[in-house]
Amino acid sequence: MNGSFTERKYIIIGIFLLVGIIFVFRLFYLQVLDTTYMLSAENNVLRKVTMYPNRGLIYDRNHKLMVYDEAAYDLMVIPRQVDVMDTAEFCSLLNITDSTFRAKLRKAKKYSQYKPTTFVSQISKEEFGYIEEKLYKFPGFYVQSRSLRKYPYPVAAHLLGYIGEVNNLEMEADSYYTMGDYIGKSGLEKFYEPELRGKKGIEVVMVDVHNREQGSYRGGRYDTLSEPGKNLYMSLDADLQIYGEQLMVNKIGSIVAIDPSSGEILAFVSSPTYDPNLLVGRVRSENYLALSLDSLKPLLNRAIMGTYPPGSTFKIVNALVGLQEGVLGEYTSYYCYGPATTPIRCTHNHVSPLELQEAIEQSCNPYFWNVFRSIINNNKYQDSEQAFNAWRSKVTSIGFGQKFNTDIPFEVNGNIPTSDYYNQVYQKGHWNALTIRSLAIGQGEILVTPLQLANLAVVIANKGFYYPPHLVSAIGNENNLIEEFNTRKETSIDPKQFRVVREAMLEVFEGDHGTARWARLPGVQICGKTGTVQNPHGKDHSLFIAFAPKDDPKIAMSVIVENSGYGSTWAAPIASLMIEKYLNDTISRPLIEKRILEGNLIPGK
Amino acid sequence: MRERKSIYQNIDWITVLLYLVLVLIGWVNIYAAVYNENHSSILDMSQNYGKQLIWIGTSVFLAMVILLIDAKFFSTFANIFYLIIIFMLVAVLLFGKEIAGSKSWFQIGGFSLQPAEFAKFGTSLALARYLSKLDLNIQKLGTRITAAVIIIFPAALILLQHDTGSALVFSALILVLFREGLSGNLLLFGLFVALLFLLALLINKFMLIGLLAVNAALIFFLYKNIRKKWFWVAGVFLIASAYVFSVDYAFENVLEPHQKKRINVLLGKETDLRGAGYNVNQSKIAIGSGGFIGKGFLKGTQTKFDFVPEQSTDFIFCTIGEEWGFVGSFIVIVLFLALLSRLIIIAERQRSKFSRIYGYGVASIIFFHFAINIGMTIGLFPVIGIPLPFISYGGSSLWGFTILLFIFIKQDSVRLELL
Repeated sequence: MNGSFTERKYIIIGIFLLVGIIFVFRLFYLQVLDTTYMLSAENNVLRKVTMYPNRGLIYDRNHKLMVYDEAAYDLMVIPRQVDVMDTAEFCSLLNITDSTFRAKLRKAKKYSQYKPTTFVSQISKEEFGYIEEKLYKFPGFYVQSRSLRKYPYPVAAHLLGYIGEVNNLEMEADSYYTMGDYIGKSGLEKFYEPELRGKKGIEVVMVDVHNREQGSYRGGRYDTLSEPGKNLYMSLDADLQIYGEQLMVNKIGSIVAIDPSSGEILAFVSSPTYDPNLLVGRVRSENYLALSLDSLKPLLNRAIMGTYPPGSTFKIVNALVGLQEGVLGEYTSYYCYGPATTPIRCTHNHVSPLELQEAIEQSCNPYFWNVFRSIINNNKYQDSEQAFNAWRSKVTSIGFGQKFNTDIPFEVNGNIPTSDYYNQVYQKGHWNALTIRSLAIGQGEILVTPLQLANLAVVIANKGFYYPPHLVSAIGNENNLIEEFNTRKETSIDPKQFRVVREAMLEVFEGDHGTARWARLPGVQICGKTGTVQNPHGKDHSLFIAFAPKDDPKIAMSVIVENSGYGSTWAAPIASLMIEKYLNDTISRPLIEKRILEGNLIPGK
Repeated sequence: MRERKSIYQNIDWITVLLYLVLVLIGWVNIYAAVYNENHSSILDMSQNYGKQLIWIGTSVFLAMVILLIDAKFFSTFANIFYLIIIFMLVAVLLFGKEIAGSKSWFQIGGFSLQPAEFAKFGTSLALARYLSKLDLNIQKLGTRITAAVIIIFPAALILLQHDTGSALVFSALILVLFREGLSGNLLLFGLFVALLFLLALLINKFMLIGLLAVNAALIFFLYKNIRKKWFWVAGVFLIASAYVFSVDYAFENVLEPHQKKRINVLLGKETDLRGAGYNVNQSKIAIGSGGFIGKGFLKGTQTKFDFVPEQSTDFIFCTIGEEWGFVGSFIVIVLFLALLSRLIIIAERQRSKFSRIYGYGVASIIFFHFAINIGMTIGLFPVIGIPLPFISYGGSSLWGFTILLFIFIKQDSVRLELL
């Protein structure tokens, strides 16, 4: 009777085969059709640890280290690996609130479940030791070593700039960056970002289910080495910079000092300033907010972003253009009737008529009106507009009205008005020298930056040429000079035209009636020119340009002190002290120095 | 009666070969699963793969011993084996060592022994012995009850050890009964019960009972000849409803929390990738990441770094899937199907009823392990911790399956000696 059920073996084998076929289909689906498991597996075991390179160091011209990196740590999170844990303990460990914790985790999750995100950045070495000990309790979190910028001299904040975490725009613009990376946000840190940042490396490590590292993946075959950033060698003189910032304490304004023979910036002071160490690490955003709310705008780099009418300093430019055009000679003399002169009155008390050198020394307004009129009414040109354009091209050849486009971010153009502008305002053919007479004395539409004014001093010092002013002379090593900054720019003023101007500027210090005679530096021939800019909001701004020594200029500069009245009272002595500091390295005039250091010119203080 | 020239002459070498291939596949994959660079020798006795070699060696020895013993020894002493097994199962409950919540291990020196693994062949022997009685009629209720008791008794003892997986294995022997004439309706009934069980867990019990009522009504109105037996329909309906309720009750109150969770995860009612769902999810990731041809020998990352639990025992199939891909998984499945089919073919060629029934027992048990174990790793069954025969790491398991299989090979080798 067992034979009667023999055919049931087919049913049983059928059941076996059915299960086998179901398995094969299921496996085909899992292993071949559905690729999501591949990704899960990769992320399960591989962790890409970014090896952050050291950012380049920044030195001054005398090899003083001005910016370096200090070890710090970022706490990273991989949201998918975060497991149940004691949140309260975690929060107290990091000194954050529970809601901050949740918000941060949410943000990280939104960015990516699998990719590491910075949870808390820039933990100091001391805090790190404490946190690392407990970290094993919190799966999904690990520590990544990073570095913090450190500034041994708390100066030059504006030009050095600062670094901060990349934002979305920056990440979109350059795929190099991932969330939590640092990028130069301003100053040299921004301009030289590609050189300073170096190259990130990636170490692929395997981790086990407990998130413990199990060593390098496939013998490091997929690792990339990090490359440290390149060092920057600045032209800045740290001592001069420190001194300049001291002199400018409690004053609003700027000092820009340049080595005329190379265009290298020696000092770059914008006041009020701040300690660059404030914008580092976890306190950065807090401090940044405080600084940005300060009514004196310490974050504003006045040396390149502040624009001022150049005032009397611009008379030198008109003199040079007049000489070059041949409408002005050394002995050309004009009458000045003092306050009664039209169309521009004179505020100074001096002899009349007077010649060019005396006119510069005395900063005579009517004289330069006459000079300017002769430039614009020059018969050489068909009309005022053509003459004006000739004037303008000479002015801009000195560096006004445009950016130098070197390594100083956020530079502004200033403004030298164009004939198009006047055509628009007054209609073509309906304007002449008289209409635009303010330009004669550096007022009106004309605006310059302190950097452009310093460059004017350079041009006079060099008798007609300049190198684009720049902050960094070499990258990587000291001898690797930046070529494009070593290109000599010729102005359209011939060298011979500078003689009278230079003599006049020397007389500003050395002459018996020179406006800066109180700031005279014995043993050094300083050439200078004061300027006073009318300020509708308060006391006039005081301007000064200078270079020294006269026959072998080593330093050329502009000084602007806002709300300080006449150029001779504050700006000129500051320039003189700066020159002394740079050339002699000692200060022989303690009384003047004391007056400047203690002077408080901030309105309302 | 033919003369036997050698003990090994009539052995079914195809089965032996399939056995050896599966054992070797197991050894290589255990090596891959627990491989670490500090112990890279496959012969390192401190590691699972080294130990497995000992189990393989002793298993081969056991197999040879079995082939040397007279075939009649097993049929004659079948009931004695069964009693020894029952005794051991009781003893382990009293003196056993608890490992991972199951009190199913004897600790002897450095090795542990799991009597449940041996209960499988003991029970198969006893069942074969009972069903091969000449005057037996399987259609009688008494016969069925006796057979059921033989099967359920050891299973119940194993259940008491909290080793649910091993206990469930005994249900596979229903296939043996089916082959010997048990009504196919019983299999369908079993299927219906299982389906109802699943539905009871998946959908609201009142809705389910409503559905049953609709069905009962449809049957009542559509089949006129059944209408006279309306009390049958009503009775089935009532019993089914009671069953649905009891399933619900049992699920909530009888099943242990981790078992409930495993079932819920499988049914998709819970997604808990960290807890109960973790194993299955990691297992699927490991197998799925293998792709078509796999990551290559020792290149698997999921199993090696402990993402997959029990990677050398119950989840050994993950290593196969990850390192050898679809191709490797396919080959292993084909090997199992070949072995199972071969066992059925051999069973059918037996002249002795005892040998045939025992053969079906062997095939059913191996099939159940194969189906549940692989089904579990690829997310088709809830996680039930039973090993993959011949492949999973473990001495008791390998010994148990070797004995189970080779007793049958021995029986088969002497089939022609019987009249």
